[in-house]
Amino acid sequence: MTEADTLLYLEGVTVSFDGFRALNALSLVLEEGEMRAVIGPNGAGKTTMMDVITGKTRPDQGKVIYQAGTDLTKLDEPAIAAMGIGRKFQKPTVFEPLSVWDNLLLALAGDRRPKFSLWARETANERARIEHILETVRLTEQRQRRAGDLSHGQKQWLEIGMLLAQEPRLLLVDEPVAGMTDAETEQTAELLRDINRTRAVVVVEHDMAFVRALGVKVTVLHEGSVLAEGSIDRVSEDPKVIEVYLGR
Amino acid sequence: MMSHRYTVAALGLVLGGALILAALNQLTPVGSPLHVPAYVVALVGKYLCFAMLALAVDLVWGFGGILPLGHAAFFALGGYAMGMYLMRQIGTRGVYGNPMLPDFMVFLGWKSLPWYWTGFEWFPFAMLMVVLVPAALAAIFGWLAFRSRVGGVYLSIMTQALTYALLLAFFRNDMGFGGNNGLTDFKDIIGFSIQSDGTRSALLVVSALLLCGQLLVARFVVGSRFGKILVAVRDTESRTRFLGYRPESYKLVVWVLSAVMAGIGGALYVPQVGIINPGEFSPANSIEAVIWVAVGGRGTLIGAILGALLVNFGKTWFTSALPEFWLFALGALFIGVTLLLPHGVMGLFRGRAAKPAPAAVAKGATA
Repeated sequence: MTEADTLLYLEGVTVSFDGFRALNALSLVLEEGEMRAVIGPNGAGKTTMMDVITGKTRPDQGKVIYQAGTDLTKLDEPAIAAMGIGRKFQKPTVFEPLSVWDNLLLALAGDRRPKFSLWARETANERARIEHILETVRLTEQRQRRAGDLSHGQKQWLEIGMLLAQEPRLLLVDEPVAGMTDAETEQTAELLRDINRTRAVVVVEHDMAFVRALGVKVTVLHEGSVLAEGSIDRVSEDPKVIEVYLGR
Repeated sequence: MMSHRYTVAALGLVLGGALILAALNQLTPVGSPLHVPAYVVALVGKYLCFAMLALAVDLVWGFGGILPLGHAAFFALGGYAMGMYLMRQIGTRGVYGNPMLPDFMVFLGWKSLPWYWTGFEWFPFAMLMVVLVPAALAAIFGWLAFRSRVGGVYLSIMTQALTYALLLAFFRNDMGFGGNNGLTDFKDIIGFSIQSDGTRSALLVVSALLLCGQLLVARFVVGSRFGKILVAVRDTESRTRFLGYRPESYKLVVWVLSAVMAGIGGALYVPQVGIINPGEFSPANSIEAVIWVAVGGRGTLIGAILGALLVNFGKTWFTSALPEFWLFALGALFIGVTLLLPHGVMGLFRGRAAKPAPAAVAKGATA
C-alpha cells in the first residue's frame, strides 16, 4: 500500500514529553471509509496519537498525511477540523450553558468566522439538518434542555451528534462507552456502525466486549508503537498482546 | 423573553431618569424644591460613563471569560482624546494666551505642537480618535495575547501591567499630555460653555443615550450566534478549536468592541468632570470596575450598569460621611457579594429572568 490510496497515513511518528516517548515510531494506515478500533493499556499512546492527528500536539518526527496530500503536522486544530477530521473526547465535552439545539447549531458545518456568526440567522436547511441529527442520536425530546443538565450517556450522544453535524470524513472517538450502561453501550455500537456507512471512524476503547461487538480490524498499541494488528480474535490470541495485557 | 423585558426596563430607566434630571435642572428656577442642581446632573452623568466602562468589562468578563484588570486604560485613552480636543478649544483664553499651544506646553518651553496633537482641534477627528485609539491598542494587545493562547490570570496580570505602563508613561511631561496635572481648565465643547447648566444637562442626556446604545449593541452581540460561540469559547475553549472555530478571533472581536465602549465612556466622562489626568490609568480604577460588575451580576449586562450606579452612589455618600473607611467598605462589599450574592444583585431577580449567561458566575472565581 502507498500513501496515495489512503485516508490517513502515519509513518514513524515520534512524540516525546521531557524524555518520555509517548509515541515511538508509530505507523498506521487507514483506508477511506474504514472503521478501526485502537486498544492498548494505559500510557500506550492512544490519546497522544489522537492529539497528533488533530493538531493538538506536533510530532518530533514522522509523517502524518491526510487524503494522500495534506501534511497535518503543518496545520493547527481549526484548520484540521475544517479538513473534515472530527474528534470526540474521552470525557464528554459539550457546551453546558447552551441548549442541545444550540450545541448542534454551532457544530454544523459552515462558515466559522466571527463576521458571519454575528449576523447569521438560522436557516430552514440548518433546522432540517439539526432535526435529522437529533433523531439519529435520540435527543429529539431533549432539544431545548441545557446540555449541562443531560445525563452522562446523553452528553456522549450529543457530542457524537455534534461530530455528525460537522460532517467529517474521519471521526476520531476516544472511549465512547466509558461510564455507559450496557444498553447504552449497545446502542452506541449500533450508532457508530451507522456512522461508518458514510465515513471513516477510529475508536479508542478499553472495553473489549464493545470492541468485539464492533467487529472491525483492531490495532494494539503498546509503549507508543503498534504491537499487533488484525481481527479481534487474532490479536487476542497473540502472545505479545496477552503478555502486555495480562503480564502486569 | 424575560431578559428582553429587563433590557427595555433598563433602557427606559436610564433614558427617562436622565431626561427628568435634565428637565428639572433646566425648567425649574434655582430656589424651587424641585430644582436639581448642576453638580447632581454632572455627578449622574459621570456615573453613566462608569456604567459604560462596567458594561465593557461585563462583555469580555461575563461572556468572553477574560477578566480584565486594566480596562480603565481604554476609558482613560478615550478621555485623553476628548481632553485634547477640549484643550485645543481653549485657544487664547489660556493663562499664557497662546493660540496654538496649551498652557502646559508653553510652561515647558515648547515651541510647536507635537505632531500627534494635529487635528484634535477638529471635533469629528477627535471623536474618531476616541474610537480608534482604544481600538488600536486593544487590537494589538489582543492579537498578541490571544494568538499566543495566553489566558486566565496571566492575561489578567498583563492587562494590569498595560494600564500601569500607560500610567507611568502619561505621568512623564515629555509625553506631551500634561504630565502629572493632565488636561484641564476646559472652556467649551463644540461652542457651548462646559460650565453652563445647559451643557451639563445635554451631556447627561447624551451619556444616557450612548449608554443605551451600548447596551443594545452588547445585547445584540451576546444574543447572536457569535455570542453563543463566545460562551462556548469561555467555557470550553479547546473544544471549539476541534469544531473548527478560532477562539482567538472571537476574543479579539469582543475585546476590541469592549475597548471602544470603554473609550466612549471615558470621552464623555472628561467634559463632565472637567479634568483627565494619569490617575485614571491607575490599576485600582480597573479593579473597581470589576467590582461594580460583580456586585451587579456578571454576565447579565444590565447588572453591570446597575452595579456601577449602586457602588458609585454608595461611594459618593460614603466618601462624604466616612471618607477614611471607603476602601474598607468596598473590600467588604466585594467579599459580601461574593459570599452572599454570587450572582450579584441581578441574582435576586433570577428564576423569573431568563438566564442570559448561566454558569458565568460559577466560573467567576476561577476565570
